[in-house]
Amino acid sequence: MTETLSGGETVVFWVLGPIALAGALGMVFSRNAVHSALWLVNTMLALGVFYVVQSAPFLGAAQIIVYTGAIMILFLFVLMLVGRDSSDSVVETLRGQRVAAAVLGLGFAALVGAGIARATQDLVVSGLGDDGGNANVTAIAELLYTRYLLAFEATGALLIVAAVGALVYTQIERAPGSRRGQKELARARFLTTDRPQTLPGPGVYARANSVAAPALLPDGTTTEESFATGIEPQEVDQMPRPTGREQLGSPDGALGTLDPAPSDRGDGR
Amino acid sequence: MTLNYYLVLAALLFTIGAVGVLVRRNAIVVFMCIELMLNAVNLTLITFARSTGTVDGQIIALFVMVVAAAEVVIGLAIIMSIYRTRRSASVDDANLLKY
Amino acid sequence: METMSAEGLLSWSWLLVALPLAGAAVLLLGGRRTDRWGHLLGTATVAAAFVLAVLCTVQLAGLDERRADVDLFTFISSGDLDVRAGLLLDPLSLTFALLITGVGSLIHVYSIGYMAHDAGRRRFFAYLNLFVAAMLLLVLGNSFVALYVGWEGVGLASYLLIAFWYTRPAAATAAKKAFIMNRVGDVGLALAIFVMFAQLGTTSYAGVFAAVGTLAGGTVTALGLLLLLGACGKSGQFPLHAWLPDAMEGPTPVSALIHAATMVTAGVYLIARSAPIYDETPTARAVVLAVGAVTLLIGAIAGCAFDDIKKVLAYSTVSQIGYMFLAVGLGPAGYVAGLAHLLAHGFFKAGLFLGAGSVMHAMDDSVDMRRFGGLWRRLPVTFVTFGLGYLALIGFPFLSGYFTKDAIIEAALDRDDAWGWVLGGVAVLGAGLTAFYMTRLMLMTFFGRPRWEDGVHPHESPSVMTVPMVVLAVGSVGAGFLLVRAFPLADWLEPVFGEEHEAEHVVAPLTVGLVVTGVMLLGVLAAWLFVGRREVPVLAPVRVSPVTRAARNALYADTVNESLLMRPGQWLTRALVWLDNRGVDGAVNGLAATLGGSSSRLGRAQTGFVRTYALGMLGGAVLVAGALLAVTAG
Repeated sequence: MTETLSGGETVVFWVLGPIALAGALGMVFSRNAVHSALWLVNTMLALGVFYVVQSAPFLGAAQIIVYTGAIMILFLFVLMLVGRDSSDSVVETLRGQRVAAAVLGLGFAALVGAGIARATQDLVVSGLGDDGGNANVTAIAELLYTRYLLAFEATGALLIVAAVGALVYTQIERAPGSRRGQKELARARFLTTDRPQTLPGPGVYARANSVAAPALLPDGTTTEESFATGIEPQEVDQMPRPTGREQLGSPDGALGTLDPAPSDRGDGR
Repeated sequence: MTLNYYLVLAALLFTIGAVGVLVRRNAIVVFMCIELMLNAVNLTLITFARSTGTVDGQIIALFVMVVAAAEVVIGLAIIMSIYRTRRSASVDDANLLKY
Repeated sequence: METMSAEGLLSWSWLLVALPLAGAAVLLLGGRRTDRWGHLLGTATVAAAFVLAVLCTVQLAGLDERRADVDLFTFISSGDLDVRAGLLLDPLSLTFALLITGVGSLIHVYSIGYMAHDAGRRRFFAYLNLFVAAMLLLVLGNSFVALYVGWEGVGLASYLLIAFWYTRPAAATAAKKAFIMNRVGDVGLALAIFVMFAQLGTTSYAGVFAAVGTLAGGTVTALGLLLLLGACGKSGQFPLHAWLPDAMEGPTPVSALIHAATMVTAGVYLIARSAPIYDETPTARAVVLAVGAVTLLIGAIAGCAFDDIKKVLAYSTVSQIGYMFLAVGLGPAGYVAGLAHLLAHGFFKAGLFLGAGSVMHAMDDSVDMRRFGGLWRRLPVTFVTFGLGYLALIGFPFLSGYFTKDAIIEAALDRDDAWGWVLGGVAVLGAGLTAFYMTRLMLMTFFGRPRWEDGVHPHESPSVMTVPMVVLAVGSVGAGFLLVRAFPLADWLEPVFGEEHEAEHVVAPLTVGLVVTGVMLLGVLAAWLFVGRREVPVLAPVRVSPVTRAARNALYADTVNESLLMRPGQWLTRALVWLDNRGVDGAVNGLAATLGGSSSRLGRAQTGFVRTYALGMLGGAVLVAGALLAVTAG
């Protein structure tokens, strides 16, 4: 039954509190959504520590595992799916939105802050004792399976429904029978393309360790088909050589190519 | 230092989240802001649980977490399907429901 | 009056109404399929009704009571109001039934010829049958409600027939005028029926007449005046007489049947039928007298001025019905005289109209008498029959008008007071005017030099038209003598009007006859001096005396109607329309516009942007937080 907290906790608060606030502000103000997510992770981790400090070790663990671990990963997955490069433009399209948001935010913070400060001036700290310590999980479990059983079951049902709902919602409907089997796919492939077999791989390790290196045909010419889409083909001699080349010697030499590599001619071009 | 520092911090986080909802247009970031608001509330709940000396507040916070997880699943699914049809994750582009 | 149920043939008397009604229904519903034989069916139903009416009359004459009730079915049963549909057969109603079906049959026959070349002949006969059915219901019904149904039915038929050539604006306008002015009168009749039900709880003749003595004097007077208003509207009496001359826009057989012989006498029938009511209220009876006398003069004066042959006859009708009103207004002394004049008038005026129709037929439907002249050579049958009707109308000795008109004048003089002398004088004056305008009409139409327009070749009408004219001419000649002397109408009508009124004659009948004949001859002479001696100009003279101008304008009846009623009515409706548009609609529309405008302006708040809504939510949250803080701080 103390009203002031211990010094160690004070230190923790004053170290982690600004970090949490900075994370929140960073999330709101970073233009890149991925950065936002990382800032939020920062805040959540700080909050997790606060939970532990405040006699809720189980929730602190859950916060770190569920929120920062699972939910934020989900956010990042979706961000990757949606296109992470979609940085928000800084131009506000709604007239007065930012000003109004700022005014209202400040007003809300002032009001709620003032209200809390006023109402909780003499907040007693009963403390949870062992319930906030080693017996925390037991204490929570006791209440969860007795007084809050119904809510617990309902929450479980909610989770199931949410999971199934998300599946249903994101599923792409295909008309029955429109899915093509292996036979149809193979037939289509042989009938419509000139090249039924796989495309040649890039010339990696042939003369350079880059996917931008073209594959060589048996006659020693390069084939454009070996490039992955979107890759600019590069001159092989401008590519970094495989490491340890001095020891292995030139790949051309190793392979016994008739036409030595231009750099090997030593004409100093 | 007293417990209401935690509460003021929670209030500030909540406000920042709310303002973020208002000023950000990327639906996923808006969602993150909402998560931040939920977390701020959780901090309040845990603080009061400590103040009253009962575990009930922590249990409520647990429920908030679970419901938030469910909400994130559905919300992200909605964002996904909106993105599929509109090629945009901006909440301003989904403005057909109006006068 | 106790009820006596009808037996034998009389119980089938409902067929009198049903036959023409069935004819009308077949013709109207049958459409073009009935075009070829429709006129024959129409004529046959009316002729059959005539035969039935004759048989009923013969049977009724054999009964001691000479009165029979035919109870048919419950017409209206609503609370205290219980109206039985039924027919009342007594000498009065059957006399009218005979007139309607008899003259009606002749005019149907005539119409076969007259309308032979009209594309709408079937429709014409359908309306005529409808009229006959409604008119028979009017006179045969045993209650004021039944009378009212017939009353409205003849109004409808009259409207339809005046506007028969509805493509002519004049005909359509005349029909509307007739309908609306009739409506004014009908309101009076309807109100009278309401008063009867409210005060007596019944509308049947028997019930009303038995209880009318128990009513307060004022109520009875109101009842009498309201009935008179109805009668004035239907019979074209002052001040509702202006529609009747305009109604001549209809086909001539219609003018003959409806606007001369039968429908316009419905008012006389109503007042005669309501004799027990008028017996209780001398005031209303005096008003009837005044209306009759005024109308008599107005009609006669206006008749002197018009050049339209049908309008002259129409004003003559107005005037003659004025005589009848005068007669029935005299009370028991005059009922029989009035009805006798009504019957005789039915013959000779129908004959005159048919003659006029024959003349028009010959003159390519022209009605301008200034373009007639010298027709007696070309239209001998028409000339003779028309001439006989003319003599009967002006009261040439020993033709029907002489007997019946003299009877009215005698009855007026028999009042033996100043009013009697005034009324008698008016009637005698009217007789002189009648002689004048009818002689003028005869002279301008049949004598003198032909003033026909080029290309007109007058020819006698076919026999299907002349035969009815001959029959009516015979009736015109003999009806008066038959009804007054040989087979007194008074004895036949005794069950209705009681014992014949034997009055002390103030002036000897012979003297009256001589005076009236003298005045009549004066009128003829005057007409000869004004019209016969001189050449009739083809165009009406413009520079005439104010009297002539007034007469040509029908004594400004239309002008008075327009300035006193129509204009203020238009102003009122305009004001009401303005009030409705600006006031009522303005309030409603303004409210709607305000709501619509504000909602569309409020709707602008629904931008569709989620963030705007979120801003609103946060604003609300700030307000709530502020309020909470204020409450707890306070």
